Amino acid sequence: MTVQAPNPAALLGDLATALASEAIEVIDLTHTLDQDFPVIVLPPEFGQCARFRMEEISAYDHRGPAWKWHNFTCCEHTGTHFDAPSHWISGRDIPNGNVDEIPADRFIGPVCVIDCSDGSKADEDFELTPEIIEAWEAKHGRIPEASWVLMRTDWSKRRGADYLNMREDGPHSPGPTPDAMKLLVNKRGIRGFGTETVGTDAGQGAHYTPPYPAHFFLHGAGRYGLQCLNNLDRLPPTGAMLIATPLKIKKGTGSPLRVIALVAREGGQ
Amino acid sequence: MTTPIVPPPKKDPQKRTRVPTRPSELRSRAALGLAAAAAEGRFMLQVCGECGAIQYPPRDACAACLSVDLPWKDVSPAGRLMAETTVRTSTNVYFRERTPWRIGTVKLDAGPSIMCHVHGDVERGGTVRIVNRLDKSGQGVFFALPSEETPAMEDDPQLREMSCDPKYRRVLITDARSENAVALAKAFSDAQASIIFVGEAESWRAYPHRAALAAIPNVEILPLDVTDTQSVNELAGEIGGKTDILVNNARFVRPGGIMDRGDTVFARDEMEVNFLGLMRLAQAFGPAMRGRGADGQSSATAWVNILSVYAYSNMPAFGAFSASNAAAYSLSQCLRAEMRPGGVRVMNVYTGPTEDAWHQPLPPPKVAPAALARAIIAGLKDGLEDVFVGDVAKDLIEKWRAGAKILEREMTEAGGGET
Repeated sequence: MTVQAPNPAALLGDLATALASEAIEVIDLTHTLDQDFPVIVLPPEFGQCARFRMEEISAYDHRGPAWKWHNFTCCEHTGTHFDAPSHWISGRDIPNGNVDEIPADRFIGPVCVIDCSDGSKADEDFELTPEIIEAWEAKHGRIPEASWVLMRTDWSKRRGADYLNMREDGPHSPGPTPDAMKLLVNKRGIRGFGTETVGTDAGQGAHYTPPYPAHFFLHGAGRYGLQCLNNLDRLPPTGAMLIATPLKIKKGTGSPLRVIALVAREGGQ
Repeated sequence: MTTPIVPPPKKDPQKRTRVPTRPSELRSRAALGLAAAAAEGRFMLQVCGECGAIQYPPRDACAACLSVDLPWKDVSPAGRLMAETTVRTSTNVYFRERTPWRIGTVKLDAGPSIMCHVHGDVERGGTVRIVNRLDKSGQGVFFALPSEETPAMEDDPQLREMSCDPKYRRVLITDARSENAVALAKAFSDAQASIIFVGEAESWRAYPHRAALAAIPNVEILPLDVTDTQSVNELAGEIGGKTDILVNNARFVRPGGIMDRGDTVFARDEMEVNFLGLMRLAQAFGPAMRGRGADGQSSATAWVNILSVYAYSNMPAFGAFSASNAAAYSLSQCLRAEMRPGGVRVMNVYTGPTEDAWHQPLPPPKVAPAALARAIIAGLKDGLEDVFVGDVAKDLIEKWRAGAKILEREMTEAGGGET
């Protein structure tokens, strides 16, 4: 799908002016990579997601007099991160399914934000359903092809143990139903799906058929996931532009990244 | 009568902290056998393999028959105080700072007469029980105790110099999430530790025994993750100067050796927690503890590592875990060397399989958290360096001493050698 801008050079010039005048605002949708930020917790006999860790190499001292630097370690899926198709078994055979192989133009696209914050406040297992998506479309128009779709839950405002919300029967957090994912991926042809929770799927997503429907349908169709997003309450339902560029990790299945959105300031042109 | 110690007053912030000094460290190589025995709290002397004569002091050839076959053996600690005196000054700075100091000569029922430190409750000419203790320079010395328990006898100032008693001391236990934490904190609380700090990793996920832990008197739960250098440094910044006993209770266990795992992910976690965790804690807490080794009645006194006894000889069913513990064991020897100038004891507590989810399919005997906690408190009171808790650990170390290679062959039987 190619859409010709009327005058690309003028458009970029206008963008630069709009950014400089702050008529277009840049919103940071990223959490800080922090040693204490929760990661997904799996049954302990499985391999686990490495926490973010940082070791000082030198700090203007005997280890390096004029410079400070760190080694850091983490998982591809630590903090605010990107899921590539190769992350899931359904996407294992997708061509160019690793982060290093994805064409760079796939990382930028328009974004639709479906506000599920009221529902998620009332029900920690709140489900994004086709009905909710269709009701959103009735108000804001049909989700354009190749859009990023973000599920806003305000979950990013939770802290500590409330974030994973683990109980004896596993974590409880909102997410999409299998039918919602089928609609978004197969009927609307979205670019990717993002959430504020630790994964693109609901905390209890293992109990759907198929289990973890967001992962299953997105990656099976070569689409992308974004999770642990922040500040989604600062995005309009439509009209913003999302930029999510993962690190170019050879054969990587995902990557921590800085996710930003370009948003027209209210009252701006 | 021993005067019971009382909780120490708050430190005068205008006074310099007393710099640790040490009693003489010079010994013959033969006499180091005393330190080896004291490390486990055993009263041992050389007994001639040819004529059976019991030797004192330690030597290279039998005083009776000149045989050089002089193995160390446990002997009866009973005796009688023959002579005693109280030293009121000394040219040695360590003793000069601690006078009056009671010493004496004890005639052992087993034969020899020995020079020893003497507990205040031993009567002139009274019967005694000799214990072999490590002093502040880590050398084995004899200490005459009254043969019967006396009230508050552990508070004798000379004896307290040679123990690491938790009474009125401040303790840091790492890894609140471990099932051991409750038993350990409870044991220290019962032993009258004044504060029990418990380090808690990943407060963002709940664990079942937190309420039980928090309910124990004098327990303070603070953030600490031994895999996170910044977290370790932050806590050391806050409480490093008032940590008198550190119990490194953090460990990462997964079954498996080399080929059945197929990757190094768990092995890395094992090294991160079991080896580098110890190193991070030692780098952050070690200097202040070493500097406070003579800081009054409740000085910094001991560092406790809980290690797998398979540090000595690999258990292939937990092969990579064993290897990480072997690394930690080696590092603990380095820590001993670095702590020695401060007179801070490094006590390793070795255990076989423990009563937990990771050892669930293994047959008993397994070490329960309460047994581990009891062994740690008892070891600290006796000022030990090496504690083997449970039948498996005791059996393994005996076999290791009898023949490390034979034990290795036994442990590496096809099937994993689950002794």
